Amino acid sequence: MSTNQRTGTFDRSDASLTDDFEYRSSRAEGANYALERARPGLPSTSAKRLAKGLGWFSIGLGLAELLAPRAIANISGVSNKHTGLIRLYGLREISSGITIFAQQKPTEGVWSRVVGDAIDLASLGVAASNPGAKRGRVAFATANVLAVTALDVICAMQLTKGANQGIHATGQCVVNLPHEEVYSFWRNFENLPRFMRHLESVNDLGDGRSHWKVRGPAGMEVEWDATIIADVPGEVITWRSLENSDVDNAGAVRFERAPGGRGTIVKVNFQYNPIGGVLGAAVAKLFGEEPNQQLDDDLRRFKQVLEVGEVVVSDATLLGTGYMEQRPAQPPSAGELEDADMLPSQTATNYDSEGRYPQR
Amino acid sequence: MRANCWYGKTMVSVEEVPDPQILNQRDAIVKISSTAIFGSDLHLYNSFIPTMQRGDILGHEFMGEVVEVGREVRNLKVGDRVVVPFPIACGNCFFCKEQMFSLCENSNPNAWMAEKMFGHAPAGIFGYSHLTGGYAGGQAEYARVPFADVGPIKVPDHLSDEQVLFLSDIFPTGYMGAEMCDITPGDTIAIWGCGPVGQFSIRSAFLLGAERVIAIDQVPERLQMAEQGGAETINYEEQNVYEALMEMTGGRGPDACIDDVGMEAHAPGIIFAYDRVKQALMMETDRPHALREAIMCCRNGGIISVIGVYGGFIDKFPMGSVMNRSLTIKTGQAHVQRYMRPLLAMIENGDIDPSFVVTHRMSLEDAPLGYDIFKNKKDNCIKVVLKPDWDGHNGHSTRDDSYTVVH
Repeated sequence: MSTNQRTGTFDRSDASLTDDFEYRSSRAEGANYALERARPGLPSTSAKRLAKGLGWFSIGLGLAELLAPRAIANISGVSNKHTGLIRLYGLREISSGITIFAQQKPTEGVWSRVVGDAIDLASLGVAASNPGAKRGRVAFATANVLAVTALDVICAMQLTKGANQGIHATGQCVVNLPHEEVYSFWRNFENLPRFMRHLESVNDLGDGRSHWKVRGPAGMEVEWDATIIADVPGEVITWRSLENSDVDNAGAVRFERAPGGRGTIVKVNFQYNPIGGVLGAAVAKLFGEEPNQQLDDDLRRFKQVLEVGEVVVSDATLLGTGYMEQRPAQPPSAGELEDADMLPSQTATNYDSEGRYPQR
Repeated sequence: MRANCWYGKTMVSVEEVPDPQILNQRDAIVKISSTAIFGSDLHLYNSFIPTMQRGDILGHEFMGEVVEVGREVRNLKVGDRVVVPFPIACGNCFFCKEQMFSLCENSNPNAWMAEKMFGHAPAGIFGYSHLTGGYAGGQAEYARVPFADVGPIKVPDHLSDEQVLFLSDIFPTGYMGAEMCDITPGDTIAIWGCGPVGQFSIRSAFLLGAERVIAIDQVPERLQMAEQGGAETINYEEQNVYEALMEMTGGRGPDACIDDVGMEAHAPGIIFAYDRVKQALMMETDRPHALREAIMCCRNGGIISVIGVYGGFIDKFPMGSVMNRSLTIKTGQAHVQRYMRPLLAMIENGDIDPSFVVTHRMSLEDAPLGYDIFKNKKDNCIKVVLKPDWDGHNGHSTRDDSYTVVH
């Protein structure tokens, strides 16, 4: 098994995932999947939502600056003499806001806010050196502008690269079972937490929709609803998160017959916009939550659950298989067992399938 | 329970650790009656295998009595006396179905570590670094045995521990080394290394029909044991191995050569110094002197059987000799589960009594002493067996001491 992972664009030019979404086979013709619903790539909803918020903020602040420049000057601790300049800044804010709302993808609008923030900060710097300035209020205003600037920069960067930026992981394994059997185990999404370490639960809501709960980095709880895009029994399943998800994500899994009847080759394609954007992904990697490693480990457990009947644990890997998670190869104490990452009893499929795996 | 734990280079210590329990439904818990120190344990002891962690329980050659079974284990019951094979194998994956048990795809939860090192991962192994799964080993009072429905073999009560213990590793390993030579009647087999595995390769080669076996080592008592097994011997400190072999085979060379030495080979002179320095500087991990010599000595079209353990990278590998002379190289960790039943039948039949190899018996508590004398070949040591319930003996006993079998 191996995985490779790319961090980068996954718009329409991303051939591998697009292939999965536009998967066709002679068997699939007339099958129960709706290709027209399959839109490759992800909506960058979180960045867009942030941009909309910033747009409203622009218009609100702009109107205030335009209509009540004295009050603004007072709050910011700058001299009342500059009301004309403040009005101009208000116009600038409003035009940024309008640009944001006018654009399908408000990249330029948000970048114009970043430029405006720079002008504001420069003006506040000049104002602070003015003998008539109220230093405390100027500092307070500067802190506020800095906070907004940070948001603007993050949003603008996400929109520039980040609209199409995300984590893309691929992985594959061979399972020594017929492809129909492997497919139907995966197709029952409620089975996925048995081998996907970070998945808390998946509830089938019917009609191809499902509700997913994930334990994110640093104990974060993340939830979303997903819908199946394509589903060809025994061949392929693709799904994506719905609008307003905590984490935008999409995935595809293909089941191919291995040559010579040697089981099923399972190929998984998975992408998501990580919590906290690219920065969040980098932080997560620091803590060993690397996405390709996760998928690789998950697929190894998937194979174990199907071939062996449960996830196989050793003494060293009770808390996880990561390098930092290894404990000594000696039996766990009762307390350590309680902390165990993924106990076989929660993953087993073999309890009620006597004789399914022939005993020697 | 008491267990022999690794704490660093040449540092082992018998400590109190929690008792093992059933974690997977195909596990069994075995109360260990006999457990051996294996040659490849010395690679761990000498820190030549990476991914060890302080506190790891060592040992992968053990037997005992089943005291608990998981609900999916239907072929064993509490009270059964079993020998446990060192590779952990699921019995369900492609490789297990092909009888290549030491390549099981499901028994190594740390497969990713091995993939980084080897490209692909081998099976899990008891007490043999985290690279091979991170399973607690068998130099302990109890062990958890995963896939107990596939691995352990029941042994009859009339055979002593020492007659059957080595079905766990060295007998099948030595046997597979000989089997890979595709021996046909009349063959001459040369074997580098007369440690415990080499001793079993010598006897297995004869069992498989070899006409002559030539054994190469430098330790007098090992060469003596090889001669007792019917081999002709070459002491590489006294003779040039290539010249001696050519003289013995009319200049053609042995039909097949077995490397029962592996990564920590010793050799006289400058080549050993070269490899030892490179190994110390981490420029190569293994010292392949025996392998190089075996290749150069083997007859045209012959077979090189590598059953000695290598861990990483070697240097100055005579590929030209291999290619131009149509040599075949066969290798592998022993697929023990494949050999246990036929070899047990040979023991029952009286074809071989594996207990000949034991020179030292001692209490589990004396494991650090056992490692020391085995590593440094003190006291004519060839094979050490540890007994968790060895009573009253302070220190160790040699094979001449009176000794009763503990079941």
